[in-house]
Amino acid sequence: MAKATVNTSAEDRLILTNKNRRWDEVRGRSLVTFCAIIMIAATISVTVFLAQKGLQSFTVNNINPIAYLTSTNWNPVGSGEASYGIFPFIFGSLAVTFLSALVAAPLGIGAAIFMSEISPKFGKKVLQPVIELLVGIPSVVYGFIGLVVLVPLVRDNLPGIGFSLFAGVVVLTVMILPTVTTIATDAMRSLPDSLRQGSMALGATRWQTIRKVLIPAALPSLLTAIVLGMARAFGEALAVQMVIGNSRDIPETIFDTSATLTTIVTLNIGHTTYGSIENNTLWSMGLILLVISFIFIFIVRYLSGRRKV
Amino acid sequence: MNSRITDRIATGVFYTIAAIMVALLLYLFYFILSNGIPQISWDFLTSPSSAYQAGGGIRDQLFNSFYILFITMIITVPLGVCGGVYMAEYAKPGKITNFIRTCIEMLASLPSIVVGLFGLLIFVNITGWGYTIIGGALALTIFNIPVMVRVTEDAINSVPKEQKEASLALGITRWHTIKTVLLPYAFPGILTGAILASGRVFGEAAALLYTAGLSTPTLDYGNWNPLAEDSPLNIFRPAETLAVHIWAVNTQGLIPDIREVANGAAAVLVIAVLVFNLLARWLGSVIHKKLTAGK
Repeated sequence: MAKATVNTSAEDRLILTNKNRRWDEVRGRSLVTFCAIIMIAATISVTVFLAQKGLQSFTVNNINPIAYLTSTNWNPVGSGEASYGIFPFIFGSLAVTFLSALVAAPLGIGAAIFMSEISPKFGKKVLQPVIELLVGIPSVVYGFIGLVVLVPLVRDNLPGIGFSLFAGVVVLTVMILPTVTTIATDAMRSLPDSLRQGSMALGATRWQTIRKVLIPAALPSLLTAIVLGMARAFGEALAVQMVIGNSRDIPETIFDTSATLTTIVTLNIGHTTYGSIENNTLWSMGLILLVISFIFIFIVRYLSGRRKV
Repeated sequence: MNSRITDRIATGVFYTIAAIMVALLLYLFYFILSNGIPQISWDFLTSPSSAYQAGGGIRDQLFNSFYILFITMIITVPLGVCGGVYMAEYAKPGKITNFIRTCIEMLASLPSIVVGLFGLLIFVNITGWGYTIIGGALALTIFNIPVMVRVTEDAINSVPKEQKEASLALGITRWHTIKTVLLPYAFPGILTGAILASGRVFGEAAALLYTAGLSTPTLDYGNWNPLAEDSPLNIFRPAETLAVHIWAVNTQGLIPDIREVANGAAAVLVIAVLVFNLLARWLGSVIHKKLTAGK
């Protein structure tokens, strides 16, 4: 009876709506509620387990958290006293995140404005699929192209050995550009036409309309686009790891090698013994990544609360 | 400056940006395909990879990628669709719904390496399974579920209200309406979304490095017993996927033909993702036509 198809007549269906249907309803409702609970459980367990594991280096190994976050000396296995300072990696992560956002934001928002204001037809027919395909390219492929094309190019034409903060920023910029563009395009397209018409009717040029009316109106959503791009850049591991050089010092120029939290975790977590101090400090970096990605989400939520249009 | 000239300059800048994006994509595809396609041969696709000799293929990696994708989708699609149905139909506006939404957003924005770490902690260390296909698939599930939930929710919300109200007005229960009216109507949207999500899962590497592992045991493709050690279907064996393979040969590879293998593997990966993308578009438009142009 539960298998009644759409073909049954309305009369049948009404008659079938009896106790069995009630039970069906209860079962269905519990099933989907259960799935919703799984999502809560997944989020909580990710947080709890990673927090518990990530705090072990402070609670079990008695590493000073302040020194851990601010010391620039990362020397877990070298000669002499071991030292666990991850500031260079935090610096590296923040540097690639902000620099790539700095380049990707104007390009991405520019492309979004092109698609929504300048040439919607070409935008929809050509640029939209282009961006969707760019989103689809796996990050290891970006890393691989960075490794075989960008790194030699930087080595030959710019100072340094090729593997550099600069190469990481370029790879990440290309990676987050489609993300920023997609969200920014949605933001621009959702602006009501009355804004455009009103501004044009006052005699403003298209650029004046874009700059004085449309961008301010869409600003919270555009910022959301940038923040989500930054979140992606911050969390990307493999592509960056392949081109950044993974050194443990703070880079002095943009052409020096560097490392980020993700690259150090990726490189070392498989090689260190589970439960050792060095391994635990890597889990702490994982916890920091988790916390910062939560912070990005809260920024996005704050911004979406301020959406004016 | 004259406002008309500024307007022209700005328009020029926007055209340049659009051109840059198109050029970027063309260059990337040209590079991957022109370097990679010459490497792809039947032999490359069907011979096992080699740890230190030249001439290895990607047979196992290719199989593993599809197999992990398959297992992931088997777990994710029902969970994601049910979650989406809950969000679209049963969730009442309020604190709990808000909280679930926050959870979905958080899961969606987790860096994949963090998902990988969680997988390493739970599915590798705590369960004691070691690197396994099922561990990898469960890790991928975590970051794929929010995508499926969102896709399903959007698809259900796009069903015309009249359809749903008509069904409810006939005295049909909510769940029965969902099963017989909403889900069939939302099916094309969910299918398209699932295929696009597959492309993403197929190319994922960071979450699999330390859950499905960096190695594959010697496989006997004649052995279809899923419990056997050397069966390709065994879900409790380590499995290196194609995306992980590209990373591994480039960063820790000992083979002399790293470039060739990586080029070929990257081309196969990108072509696969491209096929997923085109398939999703094509199916989406075909089904859409069928639905809108009447039967």
